[in-house]
Order: sequence, then C-alpha cells, then structure tokens
Amino acid sequence: MQKSLHIDPGKCTGCLQCESACSIENEGMFNPSKSRIKVFTFHDEGRFVPYTCTQCDEAWCMQACPVDAIVINAETGSKDVLEDVCVGCKVCTIACPFGTINYNTTSGKVIKCDLCGGDPACAEACPTQAITYVDANATGLDKMRAWASKTDNATS
Amino acid sequence: MSWTKKVLRVNLTNGTVAEEPLNMQWANDYLGQRGLATRYMVEETDPACDPLGPDNKLIMATGPLTGTTASTGGRYSVICKSPLTNAIACSNSGGFFGAEMKFAGWDMIIFEGRAASPMYLSIENEKATLIAADDLWGKSVWESDKILRTKHQDPQTRIACVGRSAEQGCLYSAIVNDLHRAAGRSGVGTVMASKNLKAVVVRGTQGLANVDNPEAFMATTKAGKAVLAENAVTGQGLPAYGTQVLMNVINEVGALPTRNMRETQFEGAANVSAEAMAEPRKSDGKPNLTTNGACYACTIACGRISTVDRTHFSVKDKPEYWINSGGLEYEAAWALGPDTGVDDIDALTYVNFLCNEDGLDPISFGSTVAAAMELFEVGAISTAQTDGVELKFGSAEALVWAAEQTAKGEGFGRDLGMGSKRLCEKYGRPEFSMTVKGQEFPAYDPRGIQGIGLAYATSNRGACHLRGYTIASEILGIPEKTDPLQSDGKAGLVKAFQDATAAVDSAGLCVFTTFAWTMDDIAPQVDAACAGDWSSERMMEVGERIWNMEREYNAKAGLTSADDNLPTRLLTEAANAGPAAGKVSELDKMLPEYYAVRGWTTDGTVSSETHQRLGLPG
Repeated sequence: MQKSLHIDPGKCTGCLQCESACSIENEGMFNPSKSRIKVFTFHDEGRFVPYTCTQCDEAWCMQACPVDAIVINAETGSKDVLEDVCVGCKVCTIACPFGTINYNTTSGKVIKCDLCGGDPACAEACPTQAITYVDANATGLDKMRAWASKTDNATS
Repeated sequence: MSWTKKVLRVNLTNGTVAEEPLNMQWANDYLGQRGLATRYMVEETDPACDPLGPDNKLIMATGPLTGTTASTGGRYSVICKSPLTNAIACSNSGGFFGAEMKFAGWDMIIFEGRAASPMYLSIENEKATLIAADDLWGKSVWESDKILRTKHQDPQTRIACVGRSAEQGCLYSAIVNDLHRAAGRSGVGTVMASKNLKAVVVRGTQGLANVDNPEAFMATTKAGKAVLAENAVTGQGLPAYGTQVLMNVINEVGALPTRNMRETQFEGAANVSAEAMAEPRKSDGKPNLTTNGACYACTIACGRISTVDRTHFSVKDKPEYWINSGGLEYEAAWALGPDTGVDDIDALTYVNFLCNEDGLDPISFGSTVAAAMELFEVGAISTAQTDGVELKFGSAEALVWAAEQTAKGEGFGRDLGMGSKRLCEKYGRPEFSMTVKGQEFPAYDPRGIQGIGLAYATSNRGACHLRGYTIASEILGIPEKTDPLQSDGKAGLVKAFQDATAAVDSAGLCVFTTFAWTMDDIAPQVDAACAGDWSSERMMEVGERIWNMEREYNAKAGLTSADDNLPTRLLTEAANAGPAAGKVSELDKMLPEYYAVRGWTTDGTVSSETHQRLGLPG
C-alpha cells in the first residue's frame, strides 16, 4: 500500500517540531533553514500551515532535470534526488509549481522531501497529528469522516 | 556539547562587534542562559552601577537545549541590572528568536556601553553589523518589525525589539520578540533603549550539530515529549485553555487579588476567564480565542491567539487592530482585569495587544493602573492629572486610555510608567503600592496561598511567580499537594522550587514543563546534550548556586533583608472573602526558617560556609 503525507493545517500549532525532525534526519543537525517541510505562520490570520512536496505522479522537477538526477522510489512513490548525479543547476526549482524543491547552499545540490524512505520524521515528530502518513488512496478519509459525523440521521 | 561555545560582544559606545569563546568552566558550573549570563554580569559589572547608565550590561542568552528538538527548547533570557528594582534582572522569553540566535552560531550576545544615536544589530550567522536605527526610533515594535522585514527581505528573520514606552523611560518596558512573545519583566527593555539599541535582527542557517550523544538525546527528548502529552495539565489543560485555565480556579480558592489587592475574589472573574475566551460573541459569532500557538519546539502550545471584537469601543475605528495576535495569558488577564476591577474581555485583549505592540510588561502596567485607581479613589490624584478621565476601578475606558498613554509615554502615562512604587510615593501614599523590591505582584494573593508570599518576598528579581511557582504544589498538587493556607514547611518548598526553576531556565527550557516533568525527566535530556555527567542532583546544585549568586549580586547592589518583605496590606489586612477569609500572610514565621534552610545568616546574608560549598565567585 502506498502512503502519502497528509497535512491538516487546522491542527498545526506552529511549533516547528517537524522542521527540527526533518533537519536532524536528513542533515544531521537541528536546522529549520535546511528542512524540507516548512511551516508558514500567517500572523494576522492566526493560522499555521505546514507545506512540503506532494510527490506529483508526473513530477515537473523530474521532467525538467537535464541529468536525470531525480528518480522515482518504487517502494514509496517519492521522487528522490540522487545527490551524486545532481549538478545543482536548479532548473527543477523553477519547474516545480509549488516551490517544494530547493537549493542547499551548503551542499551545492537541491533537496526535497523523500518521505524519509517510508518513515517520515516530520509525521513522527508532530505533536498534534497535523502531519500524518496515511494510505495514499484515502487522504480525504478524515475529512469525510468529520463531515459524515455532522449528518443528522435522526431527522433524515 | 550543545553550546555553540561562541559569544558575540557588542560595544555600543565604540560601535564594535567581536567574537569570543564561551567560558566553558562557567558553563560547567552554571549551565547556560540565566545562570551563565549572571555569572558574566558578576564578573563584568559593578552591581552598584546605574542600571540606565553605560556601565550596565545587557546579555541575551540561550541555554544548551535552546534550538534543539527538546520540547520547549526555544527559550532565551535577557539579563541585566533592573531599573525597576535595582536588583539583577532576568527575563525569559519564548517564541523563535532564541533558537534563531543559536542557529546563527551564538550562545550569547553581550551588549555594553551606549550608542551615540539609535542603532540596531543585524546578525546573519557569523556576520554581525550595527546599523543606524534613526528611522525606527519613535516607532512601535509592530511598526519597526514591518520596516525591518521589508529592509532585510527575509521572511524567516527573527526580530527582538523595544517599543516607544522603553524609549520614553517607562521602567517596566519589555523586549518583544516575534511580535507577541516578551522578555517581559523588570524593565529589561528600558535598559536596552537606554543603550540606544532599538532592535536585534537575527537569521541563522548554520544549525546545531554538536549534541553530545545524539542517539541518547533523541531517545530522552522523545520520552520527555510523551510525558508532556500524557499529563493532564501539559497534555490537555494548557493547550485547550492556556494559562487562563487558572482564572476561575484561583478565584474559587480566594486568592485572586482584586482592586489593587484589597479583596481576594472578583465577581467578574468568569467574564475574563479561559471559558469566556472560548464563548462565541454576539457581533460576529466568533470567540475571542482563534487557536493555540506554540513557541519553538514546544509540544504543549499554551499560547493564545486571539482577536478583539471589531464592534468594541476600543477598536471600532482602528482596523489595524482587527487582527489575530497574542491573546490573554493568565497573569496579564489578571493584572488588566481583576486587579483593576475591569471585566470587559475585549478591553483586556486590546490592552494586551498594546502591551505587546509597545513593550509594556502587562503585570506591572495593570498593577500600576490598579494603584493609580486607588489613589484616584482617595483623592490623592484627580482629573487634573488625568486629562479629565475618571480613573475608577472597573472602568474599561480608563484602562484603555491609560494603556494608550503609557505605551507612547505621553501625559499621565509617564507617571504610570514609573511603576506603582514610585507612583504611590510621588502621590504620598506609598502603602498603596503592591510591590516587592519595586516590582509589582503577579496574580496570586499571598494571604490565600502562603508559600507564594514567601516566594514573592525572597525572589531575586522582585515580586514574581516564575522564580518559585509554589502554586503548582499549593493549588494544583504538583508534585504533591500542600495546604495553601498553612505556612508550615513552605520555606523548604520555596527553596526547592526556586533552585529547580533556576536550573530549568538555565537549560533553555520552559518552566511550564515542570507541571509534568520532574528533574529526573529533565536531567537525562541535559546529560545527553552536554558533555559531562548531568544528574538530577547536579542540576539542583547548579540551581542553588545560581540562586545564591543572584542573592550576592543583589547584596552588592545594596539590597538587604529589609527588602525581603511584603506590603503592609498583605501582612495586616485580612483576606475579605472565600476560603482564606481572615488570613494574612505569615511571612514573619516563614522568613527566618527560609534563611536557615538556605544556609544564610539570620540577617539573610549568604554564609561563608554556603558560599564556599557552592563555589561562588568572589
């Protein structure tokens, strides 16, 4: 069963535990600036929104890469950057409509979410289940359940 | 290691910035943040110096766990000598600024001297630059934040800034970071402004890679987070209701100081409680509370994000306040509400916004307004001083007017900016000031909760709940229940809370974790992060060392046991209602016992044996 990251901004408190977990897992240090998942705070609106790569099926970043440095992970469905192939040209960062693949000035390569090989550290670290790792065929299940619960059977 | 082992020294007189190594011997003895920065203050400043003169220093300090993934590991403190108390000041703040300092590679920033004209400090990793801030002077924190963000063009930048109140010399001005978190107490913002330093802008992309034992650290911090999640206070109460969960609780036990602490229960408490914040309002069907928000790495997320009712008189013509921002926390809600007799939650929320916007400590501000209201009631001040405003208990209009004046340092706001001690002295009724060492009380009446009275009286930064939160034991039963009406045994309880808190602060953690965590949960996290062995016993010893060092600093600043006192009202006028009715504070019984438990002489001096045992400086 393929799984996918599922984000519910309504549950996010903006604590950045996901960014901390992502950076220690992938960069070996606590460093939100190098996190592949980002939480955006909309202060005036009182909202926190975690955002990361959605692993498009026909990934623009992968199509755009001139050296085939982005490949599909057959097990998880994630689009992974092969660091030793990447030449740091950044064309993928232009191609991605969502901005979720980014250049890392330290390595000279691009970085993006690779679902941590099937055990995403951000979902594990999130204290409020704003980020979960669920069946890719039913990412809407919780929302469906929530709306279903509002159906008043007694009056229908 | 977890320390970056780097200190940034900024000399504002000379306009120089320099990197120097952190004194690791001191880090071993004082851990970080509060303890370590105070050790630097002891070494580098004359405790008798003028707090608003160039000889005072101001240190922004992180702890070893700041910036890590440990829950609540985002705290920093500001340490300097206080202009409000003339004692050591240490004000702790959350938000994201402290962690960013660490990611930029700095454990501490030491500011010394005074700039000839307004400046701000910009930090991008190892690069630090002093930049002219003439365009920011005279602007609020919120205005300055916008300007700095536009200028630096980096949305991830973190900013700590002082507001107009600090520039105008208000003695309890805060340093506000991330728009609504603050190093709030004791006038640390006033000291920053006295140095002509308007803001610190920091961006750190280096990260933190030197945790001593990464595997153990991930395991112990994960275990710690599980303990917080499973605890009723940190896992349910605080996220849902915030600290405001206390409003009705403290009112019920008869320890909610009301109308300048004349009474101990407030008839309007329910109207300004956490429950009221969640109640949909008539105008737009939305509650005051929008959501809860967290500081960096905090898995509790007690912060309130709120709005003011757009139809409320305070903001109906001011759309710039129709936003979400930091909402009411218990101490602020109490000082602005019950202590002034105002039960209008929108007025309180708006005034709280103003406190954040211009860096007023809402506890000291609200308490000073309460004292002014009592002065007005007895005729010691009149409408001649207040531009015709009827400064009466219960008047939301008067509270809002007072906040607008004090935030900008205008008119009677300049008097209110002196704090309640100096205000009451100026108008001839010093007994109306509810302060210790010149700092205003927080939200727990020492007649109904005996231990907290001793904690107030002996706090090294003046009246404060965060130096030894005995409420945890006396009201909430953490770690075990003690009777709030009894003074027996409170000396030892106060000492234990004071020492533990000093250690928790110095680690870079939030004291709210201690509703769930004991030192046995905290020490393993510190031990995994830092070189050396950090047991619970060592943490407690570090805490005790810090407490005694602060005490000795204050003694050299001229404070004596006469300053370990409470206002006469709390010692002689009995609580008027509730379970504590008829009680006064039994400070006279507790204080000698406390000195003995501390290993101090009968006049409250750190004995030479205690000094030696703890290896204190000097």
